[in-house]
Amino acid sequence: MSKIVKGLYYTNTHEWVKVEDGFAYIGITDYAQESLGEIVFVELPEEETAVEAGEEFGAIESVKAASDIISPVTGTIVVVNDELEDSPELLNEDPYENWIVKVDLEDETELNKLLNADEYEDICE
Amino acid sequence: MNHTALHDTHVKLGAKMTEFAGFDMPISYTSITEEHRMVREQCGIFDVSHMGEICVRGPEAEQLVDRLFTNDVAGMAPNQVTYGMMCYDDGGVVDDLLVYKFASDHILLVVNASNIAKDFAWVTSHNNFDCKVTDESPNFSEVALQGPHAQTLLQQFTDFDLEQITFFTFRTITVNHHEMLVSRTGYTGEDGFEIYGAHDDIVELWDALLEQGGEHIAPIGLGARDTLRFEVALPLYGNELSKDITPLEAGLSFAVAFDAADFIGKDALLAQKETKTSRRICGLKLLDKGIIRHGYPVFAGNAEVGFVTTGYIAPTSGETVALAMIDRPHDKLGSELEVEIRGKRKKVVVISKKFYNKKYKK
Repeated sequence: MSKIVKGLYYTNTHEWVKVEDGFAYIGITDYAQESLGEIVFVELPEEETAVEAGEEFGAIESVKAASDIISPVTGTIVVVNDELEDSPELLNEDPYENWIVKVDLEDETELNKLLNADEYEDICE
Repeated sequence: MNHTALHDTHVKLGAKMTEFAGFDMPISYTSITEEHRMVREQCGIFDVSHMGEICVRGPEAEQLVDRLFTNDVAGMAPNQVTYGMMCYDDGGVVDDLLVYKFASDHILLVVNASNIAKDFAWVTSHNNFDCKVTDESPNFSEVALQGPHAQTLLQQFTDFDLEQITFFTFRTITVNHHEMLVSRTGYTGEDGFEIYGAHDDIVELWDALLEQGGEHIAPIGLGARDTLRFEVALPLYGNELSKDITPLEAGLSFAVAFDAADFIGKDALLAQKETKTSRRICGLKLLDKGIIRHGYPVFAGNAEVGFVTTGYIAPTSGETVALAMIDRPHDKLGSELEVEIRGKRKKVVVISKKFYNKKYKK
């Protein structure tokens, strides 16, 4: 059973969003890292790029395959977690501690369209 | 979806399962990298029961197989195994396979799981000979025991001296109290065996080998099976070989016997040999960050000059490398090319495709 953290927003493409002071931290869920297996590379976006909800902004490469990271929200990427460049395995080790990007949210009401922990748990079953 | 006889065993071992060629197969039990290392350093056991077995029996069995197989069947000794392909008229590949010769009237073809139906139809449709072709795939289970400890471990289950099963030969012997076909073959670049037997006997042997081998053996999924064969540049049908890729383009001329019996596709391959292929499978090393995968296009300046057939971070060296089909003259070692990864060009250089040196016991 994979771990789901209460109080976060989720997508059905297995990203999580944590909101703090109008900024959204985006990562991948425990379910995602478990299904991907060993993560060996993360393709990170440039800082100061605009992202749109539902669009890919980077990719995660496991030994076997590449998967897009889909942005759950619209806004501007203000910080990328460049620790993941040299240590992509952090996403396997603790997917909820290791966010991928920090986004300056354009429209906080967009968050209402995302799943809560209970709803996300349903789709992981 | 099809299940092999070991399906429940995989589930009990906690394997991550995936659909492959219509079978629910283990992709990995622990991690692909760890499993890969186990096979290189110690020993691994693979369930390869999804592979197909086509049996050809009768006075003219040898003639039929020689008509279809790129390598020399008549020249094989009994108990010999030979690798080669079946080709279409134009030299494209129907499948790559192992041919096991019991005698000139009894031959076994071991084919890729994804191609069983196609291969069986291909062989039977060319059977104008005095022999019978049967698809025995559902009747056998198969495991591969691969790695430096494979022989020592397997020897503990048989009185037959495994030294006598030399590279690419086989014997029908008693293993773990049951009759099995054992060949010194495999698809990892390590020494090892492929073992065929009745379903229950193979399940029993799997458990016995894992128990006896203890820390020196691990079950290995399809994930590491692919990285292992990739590191030693063994082709995978659908990647390095297909109906649109000839054995010569794939660098497999060693498995094409031009001086033996005529086989379907020989004329086309001969013509290609004389004019030299216009492209070939090369090794690529990525100089930028990222991973190059199957299907990515390769460029020299603005010109598209090839495509990636398989790519990984090679588990042994840790380098990001790939096998790719590259047009001549860009195939030369040291050629600087670019691969497009998700719309972005990344620098690669052509290198030898031997990412790891095979450790066969010949």
